[in-house]
Amino acid sequence: MQPDGLVMDSPASDDKRVEQMEQRVASRSTKHDSADKHVTGEARYIDDIPEPDGLLHVYPGWYRGAARGKILSMDLDAVRSAEGVVAVLSAKDIPGINDCSPAMGDDPVFAEDEIVFHGQVVFAVVATDRDAARRACQLAKIEVEASEPVLNVAQARDAGITVLPDYLFKKGEAEQSVKDSSSSVTTSFEIGGQEHFYLEGQISMALPGEDGELYVHCSTQHPSEVQHNVAKALDLDEAAVTVEIRRMGGAFGGKESQASQWATLAALGAHVTGRPCKCRLDRDDDMIMTGKRHDFLTELSASFEANGKLNAVVMDLDSRCGCSADLSLGINDRAMFHSDNAYQYPESLIRSRRFKTNTVSNTAFRGFGGPQGMLAAERLMDAIACKTGLDPLDVRLANLYEGDKGVTPFGMPVEEGDVLLDIITTLEKSSNYRERRKEVEAFNANSPILKKGLALTPVKFGISFTLLHLNQAGALVHVYKDGSVQLNHGGTEMGQGLFQKVAQVAAQELGVSLDKVKITATNTAKVPNTSPTAASSGADLNGMAVANACNIIKDRLLKFAADQDGVAIESIRVSDNVVYYGDERAMSFRDLVQRAYLARISLSSTGFYATPKIDWDRENATGRPFLYFAYGASCSEVLIDTLTGEMKVERVDVLHDVGHSLNPALDRGQIEGGFVQGMGWLTTEELVWDDEGRLRTHAPSTYKIPTASDVPADFRVDLYASKGNPEKTIYRSKAVGEPPLMLPISVFCAINDAISSLRPGLLPQLRAPATAEAILHAVHMIKKGQGA
Amino acid sequence: MRSAISFLRSGKVVSLELTNPTQTLLDYIRLSEKKTGTKEGCREGDCGACTVALGRLRDGELVYEPVNSCILLLGQIDGCELVTVEDLVSEGVMHPVQQALADHHGSQCGFCTPGFVMNLFTLYHQSKEGLSHSDITHWLSGNLCRCTGYRPIVDAALEACAGAANDVFSARAAETMRMLASINDGADVLSGSEDSFFASPASASSLAELYAKHTDATLVAGATDVGLWLTKQMRVLPKIISLNRVADLQKLAETTTGLHIGAGVTYAQAQESLAAFDPDIGEVISRIGSKQIRASGTIGGNIANGSPIGDSPPVLIALDATLKLRKGDVSRELPLEDFFIDYGKQDRGNAEFVEEIFVPRLDANQVFRAYKISKRFDQDISAVMAAFRFTLVENRITEARIAFGGMAATPKRAAGAETALIGVSLDDPSTWTTAQNAIKQDYSPITDMRASSAYRRDIAQALLTKALVEAAGTSTSKTRVVGQRPEGVTHAA
Repeated sequence: MQPDGLVMDSPASDDKRVEQMEQRVASRSTKHDSADKHVTGEARYIDDIPEPDGLLHVYPGWYRGAARGKILSMDLDAVRSAEGVVAVLSAKDIPGINDCSPAMGDDPVFAEDEIVFHGQVVFAVVATDRDAARRACQLAKIEVEASEPVLNVAQARDAGITVLPDYLFKKGEAEQSVKDSSSSVTTSFEIGGQEHFYLEGQISMALPGEDGELYVHCSTQHPSEVQHNVAKALDLDEAAVTVEIRRMGGAFGGKESQASQWATLAALGAHVTGRPCKCRLDRDDDMIMTGKRHDFLTELSASFEANGKLNAVVMDLDSRCGCSADLSLGINDRAMFHSDNAYQYPESLIRSRRFKTNTVSNTAFRGFGGPQGMLAAERLMDAIACKTGLDPLDVRLANLYEGDKGVTPFGMPVEEGDVLLDIITTLEKSSNYRERRKEVEAFNANSPILKKGLALTPVKFGISFTLLHLNQAGALVHVYKDGSVQLNHGGTEMGQGLFQKVAQVAAQELGVSLDKVKITATNTAKVPNTSPTAASSGADLNGMAVANACNIIKDRLLKFAADQDGVAIESIRVSDNVVYYGDERAMSFRDLVQRAYLARISLSSTGFYATPKIDWDRENATGRPFLYFAYGASCSEVLIDTLTGEMKVERVDVLHDVGHSLNPALDRGQIEGGFVQGMGWLTTEELVWDDEGRLRTHAPSTYKIPTASDVPADFRVDLYASKGNPEKTIYRSKAVGEPPLMLPISVFCAINDAISSLRPGLLPQLRAPATAEAILHAVHMIKKGQGA
Repeated sequence: MRSAISFLRSGKVVSLELTNPTQTLLDYIRLSEKKTGTKEGCREGDCGACTVALGRLRDGELVYEPVNSCILLLGQIDGCELVTVEDLVSEGVMHPVQQALADHHGSQCGFCTPGFVMNLFTLYHQSKEGLSHSDITHWLSGNLCRCTGYRPIVDAALEACAGAANDVFSARAAETMRMLASINDGADVLSGSEDSFFASPASASSLAELYAKHTDATLVAGATDVGLWLTKQMRVLPKIISLNRVADLQKLAETTTGLHIGAGVTYAQAQESLAAFDPDIGEVISRIGSKQIRASGTIGGNIANGSPIGDSPPVLIALDATLKLRKGDVSRELPLEDFFIDYGKQDRGNAEFVEEIFVPRLDANQVFRAYKISKRFDQDISAVMAAFRFTLVENRITEARIAFGGMAATPKRAAGAETALIGVSLDDPSTWTTAQNAIKQDYSPITDMRASSAYRRDIAQALLTKALVEAAGTSTSKTRVVGQRPEGVTHAA
């Protein structure tokens, strides 16, 4: 039987269907499933689980004296004899493989012979309380022969050290075309990294069971990988390790590969002592020891026509990957996948180099490289606008993918160019862009110290894991004899509202009310071999898998009812816990379930989904890596102080495409939250390492994410009136987790615009993040006549 | 003398002998009470996830203020009512701020949410006529949320906190005040032993005596700095003397010549009186830390701590403030600027403590300006903090006092620029040049994570220019992106 509603149908374009959708559970603005528990403090995070008797606390120890060097000796006697210490762990205690990497085998749980970044774990203390463990860690005597660290892209370029091979997309002879052109632009700029700053730090609690079994509560987006890594380190079968996570206190990519090490430490502690062990990082250590968004050095050149239309583009996207590969392959690939953003490059050469440095291994972060590639594309638009004197929006419009004719630098067709154009032109009107452009110019003409800037930028973001096999999901749905439903799937809840959206899908498909659907923790014992909740894919994948499971059960129930009661199966409908034969109420859902149970019909099913249509041949750089693109646009206005570089965002307008929304309130939450997080990345969030490779911004006192007052009071967010995702996604919705993070590129471009007003024709030497210092630098340079 | 601390909790008096003088309030709540609604986000008072409300008697009224429980010491809540998120649901009904947050989709991951709830609970209990969007965003600057982008939280606050308080706490306020009065007994507290104790003397003489006896003790006022020695450096501080209850240090006295600020007066308590001197002082204080930090931290602590990046010393030095120190029965006074000798070194002797700060009023012919430059406007530590006091005769500067933070190892005056400004005409910017050049020579700032040396120098010059432009009459609506002064207020009141 087909899933109810719109899963497999064509896009719902007619009014009637839209009206139907509004009545559906699955498109309502219901609250986050835990909203009430959040506000009352009843929502339980891992550190809130009542601690089992005999719980011990594991804390990682590290060498504070160098970012790179050979370990000569390690004297842990004082650590061992410190108050409260039960055990001290190091590499030799690992029965299996000393690695917690996602794939490449290059992230040791404990450093053995050499230290490769400042903050790398060398040993761990197991103690009766957490502060005792932390205090004991300070007593280690480690001798290291330090060597000169390689700390940033520039140094790594000179040294020529990469973690992964270079990669490129090539279409035409872009390099030659740019060289031959009489109208071209060349520029370079820095894009900073970003700390996730999830409010709940990394944490795991491991409970030992029989036969070496382990039950691990881990705050992770990727329970299956944590399970794999714990099993690998402890030399256990994966079947002996269960990983559970009910909810995370934020993740943003930082609990994908980065959760394994702390889970492994807790598990190892439990293995060695036979007692339950918890490992929770202190905030500063969390920020020092876990990876961040990649920072990039980009070099851009392009040739273009007098109307701003591009001919050829050459981009070099050089990133700092840190000390190991981690997820850098996919991240840098995605930077390349989005280096066109929304624009047609007739010829292009996109090159990527992935540099190895003696800094913490950079990792997934909302957007997964996409934001950096996209920012490079938008920088190019601004560069052309400066050069041609055109309004930056006109340059953007001139280059926008057209209708269904667009083809990306990696050969994938862009089929929704009309949607992209409609979003931009709608926002252009609703934000009064053109009038405000004049107002900004008038303001700037009369304001010597303060300057305004305005920018409208689009977002086009590819949806699917570019690692093909991850595009699958499983679900497990049980219907109990009282008609209640227990829901489980491979997706994890980190605040995005995935559990609520998927529960809405289950309620819709089974025809029960939402309160009958019991959401449960993600657990590797229920759904195995899951993909991470990442790449914005949570609802797309798990929603479909759950719909599949629900429909298998419902199919059985309806067949049973049809057989028993002699009605045509097509005439049976379940809605709001009531079974109808035609228009007539036949029985409650509960009664049907009871009858089915007595008749020995299975009331439980797994579900499965594999994304169709996608294929990507990385070696030849051809294929369709994405099922579809998500679109949006934003318009930002800023005010800068040319004496100090201080900046305030004054107004933001957003229009974003979520297809047919599964839950408009939750989607809006993702859009607003993503915007502010991306705005932080591009403005106040600055990661600073010193010359010794020590992170100096390792606490909220020094690393500044936006506060409430950084968000403009005038913040207008709308969902695009979509005709539905043309692809057959769950109810024709579109993924929304990551794309909004890139909307605030308009803030960066507006700052650029404000500085540019000081000397039209020059591209400001602005780097990201555009801190007050970065803005003032660009102001001083442009006043001296020096552009980027 | 009491050996147990007393506080009010869920309508009952709790009395505790402290076995660990430095146990934090958060550890008490989570590990001893086993109430896990209150979260630990950063353990350094910067994220607000651990926010709880403290009810105190202030001038005969019950005042609820938010504090960061992660760095406050348990002993410091003696005499207070402790309210945590668990206390807000009454007979199964959520508190109005909880309901509004849930209705407005104000939580996503939910980890910061209890902290927001508790901070909004304190806003709910404040008088707030004409509560504005920016009132709320400033009130919330000490609560970080990484998920929502704050818009729904602010909307919830606008809905829930606009009216007069009407909850179980307001209903039982009289009883709460009676109970608080009963535990505020004015007795000295010393919980622990001679070798390890938490003490909370009630008078300056008790404090002086105790400190003279235990010169190795650590004085704690708001614990907004000392708290981090414990939670981040894992230091062991066996002897703690809290200044919270020293009645003589809580005085805030206005005289015709100026303002006397006792060393135990919090930023929040001093804010209004200082803001009356000049709006820029109010603005600076409103950007020190967060609501939580300002409810605990003291101006005395900001000085005694000796940090080169404290925000209040440059302001107070520019105002020519003096400091009163005490040891035993002996007090002495010195100009505040002389207190700061070098990095980490202050003119404070063994067993000597800060007793009071005196801030002279501005004269009618003086213009005051202060600026804080930081990566983020709210709740950040200054890269550069600047304060200017120009004395004017017919628009010529006859005296200038300029002090900067973040430019040297101590808060420091700009001697060269001050001299160069004498005789300068506000009406003629060409006369400013010497001073603008001189200020770059006055300092040799360092490069750190907050700013580079070059930027700091540039900013020093830029802020002098800004101060002169504004003093000359340009409206701050044309010179500032934030912190504009009320129109027409150029000079001090």
